[in-house]
Amino acid sequence: MANFLKAGCKRLFQMALTLWCVFTISWLLMRHVPGGPFSSEKKLPPAIQRNIEARYHMDEPKIQQYYEQLKSTLRLDLGPSYKLEDFTVNEIIAQGFPVSVSLGVFALVFAIALGTTAGVISATARYTAWDYSFMLAATLGIALPNFVLASLAIILFVFVLDWFPAAGWGSLSQLVLPAVCLGAPYAGYIARLTRTGMLEVLGLDYIRTAYAKGLSSQRVILRHALRGAILPVVSYLGPATANILVGSVVVERVFALPGMGSHFIEAALQRDYTLSMGMILVYTLLLVSMNALVDVSYALIDPRVKPQ
Amino acid sequence: MTSSDTPHNSAPAARADSDAKRPAVGREEALRLERLLDEARSIQGVSLWQDARRRLRRNLAARLSLAFLILLGLVALLTPLLPLQSPTRQDLKRRQFERPNLRPIRLGVAEHEAKTGRLEAELAEAPAERRGELEQQLERHRESHPEYTHWNKPNAVSRWLIRVRIALFGDWCVPSLCGTDHLGRDVLARICWGARISLMVGLVATCVSLVIGVSYGAISGYLGGVVDAAMMRTVDVLYSIPFLFVVIFAITFLTEPKIKAALAQVGVDQLVIFYVLIGAIYWLTMSRVVRGQIISLKNEQFIEAARTIGASQARIVFRHLIPNTMGIVIVYLTLTIPAVMLFEAFLSFLGMGVTPPDVSWGILMNDGLQVITPIRIYWWLVLFPGLALTLSLFALNFLGDGLRDALDPRLKNR
Repeated sequence: MANFLKAGCKRLFQMALTLWCVFTISWLLMRHVPGGPFSSEKKLPPAIQRNIEARYHMDEPKIQQYYEQLKSTLRLDLGPSYKLEDFTVNEIIAQGFPVSVSLGVFALVFAIALGTTAGVISATARYTAWDYSFMLAATLGIALPNFVLASLAIILFVFVLDWFPAAGWGSLSQLVLPAVCLGAPYAGYIARLTRTGMLEVLGLDYIRTAYAKGLSSQRVILRHALRGAILPVVSYLGPATANILVGSVVVERVFALPGMGSHFIEAALQRDYTLSMGMILVYTLLLVSMNALVDVSYALIDPRVKPQ
Repeated sequence: MTSSDTPHNSAPAARADSDAKRPAVGREEALRLERLLDEARSIQGVSLWQDARRRLRRNLAARLSLAFLILLGLVALLTPLLPLQSPTRQDLKRRQFERPNLRPIRLGVAEHEAKTGRLEAELAEAPAERRGELEQQLERHRESHPEYTHWNKPNAVSRWLIRVRIALFGDWCVPSLCGTDHLGRDVLARICWGARISLMVGLVATCVSLVIGVSYGAISGYLGGVVDAAMMRTVDVLYSIPFLFVVIFAITFLTEPKIKAALAQVGVDQLVIFYVLIGAIYWLTMSRVVRGQIISLKNEQFIEAARTIGASQARIVFRHLIPNTMGIVIVYLTLTIPAVMLFEAFLSFLGMGVTPPDVSWGILMNDGLQVITPIRIYWWLVLFPGLALTLSLFALNFLGDGLRDALDPRLKNR
């Protein structure tokens, strides 16, 4: 137990360190942009310019400004958006976050469900047509960049076959296509990992024992073998979640979903620095906490793994 | 690699020699040893690279991928020489959104030269007072030769190749096999010119990451101790930073007009920034891998030997240790190139990478997706660039997997 606590503390410290690094890099970039937020539009009289800068602490030494902004960020106040009127960064994130997260979760669930099923079938029916076609599909899924896949899927399923609505958000049918496009490469990887893991495990003694006890092959595969074979998949889920978040930026843009990703791209293109920075921090937080979660679940599934 | 194999090959022979000198050994024993020695001499040592090459040759997927990549590289290298249409020439009236077709297209050289001839003839006959005007007209006309107007600011080599192409093929062009885009430009030509940039980004950025990653990993692994711990913790922290977002942020910042102008004065254009930024984030895995290799190598005898004869630390790291990690480095290289190319396409697709009039596959994809409407589906604008990108990534991944299997020492002689 003490071990767990120590590992947890170390982990938390590392997460904080990462967030701080990201904050500092972004802050440095942001503050060295020529012209602040108030100098881009019309030329203000110098006295008023000074007043405004004093109001927003922009006349103070840089280190003081850094400190102030760090403090307000720690209070979870990310400030107003530079470009979107009447919105604070917090509000924009609050709007986009649920969309992005539900898209990501759907994609991940799809990837895991399809990937493990395909992997198990491939491993048990090794060297059959099933195996080959699943593995070919997996390789194809991995090599296809998700924006290529999404573009082709829109043409085929939306415009030619007219099965799904083109864009928008709200109903389940609008979620299917983006989630599938986002999840496809991960389904491919997971299928490969599951197949390799299953093939390794199926040759072990305890599987033979299970068969010898007279268990049905369905029970042996699903209860005994899969549990041992799933470990590489679990450790892959950390980076996969991270990449799904990154990928959602593109998919949201292609399908015009109102998630955080589309806001992030818009913010970057519009040079809305506060919004960009807020997005970066939220994404970093999501990423590091996902990685930590995966590590914990890894330790729970496999008793041999010691928390570090 | 052969040098490190020599001790293995000569070791039994040396032992046999010292055995033979011992007086207690009888004549028969000496003969037996002689036979053993002959047998040992007749066996050719298989170096790691020979073995790898043999195994790679048996891997059909990897071989096909390699052939495809060589072909792609040649096409990209010789694009200006190929009889393609102009990648930049627009024709909004007649050639917008043409489907893939076989209709012959002319580059317009003959037409242009005919007009030059007419102007020259006119100039020869013209009275003195009209000469100045006609000469100017001729000059202007010469400047509008397809060689200067049909391509986007080619460098010296490309310009020379374009001249050769005009001399060789003249007016003849490959028809629009992949259709034309919303400005009437030929998609096939744009894919070929885009291949140059996409592949270039892949190679250069990978080299940047290679240099950083290998030096960082080698130094960290060789020095060990506190330095190693500090350097590797830094890598750990960097690993958990979502670099895509930071890079997008950095790119928007670096493309701010004022900063862009300042950088352009130093001779840094956006493509260079791009190379360096991408290279600078893809070195993490490489450094970890190299560090692991170096740690396992640094206590080997040949390093002791180098140290004994007084080689400097830098020499030991860069001359003795790093060449021995090349196998695994090459594997990671072939896996980094597709990752980098994908990243470039990804950024260009979002409108933050390569900027028009340069073309890359990501830009082509984006262009294609922008003009899709439910009424008319210009599938060729998405399909062909997507196919080019996917096939290249496919081939690179296959080759990387094949190399990894081929260089895996556990599979030796199988």
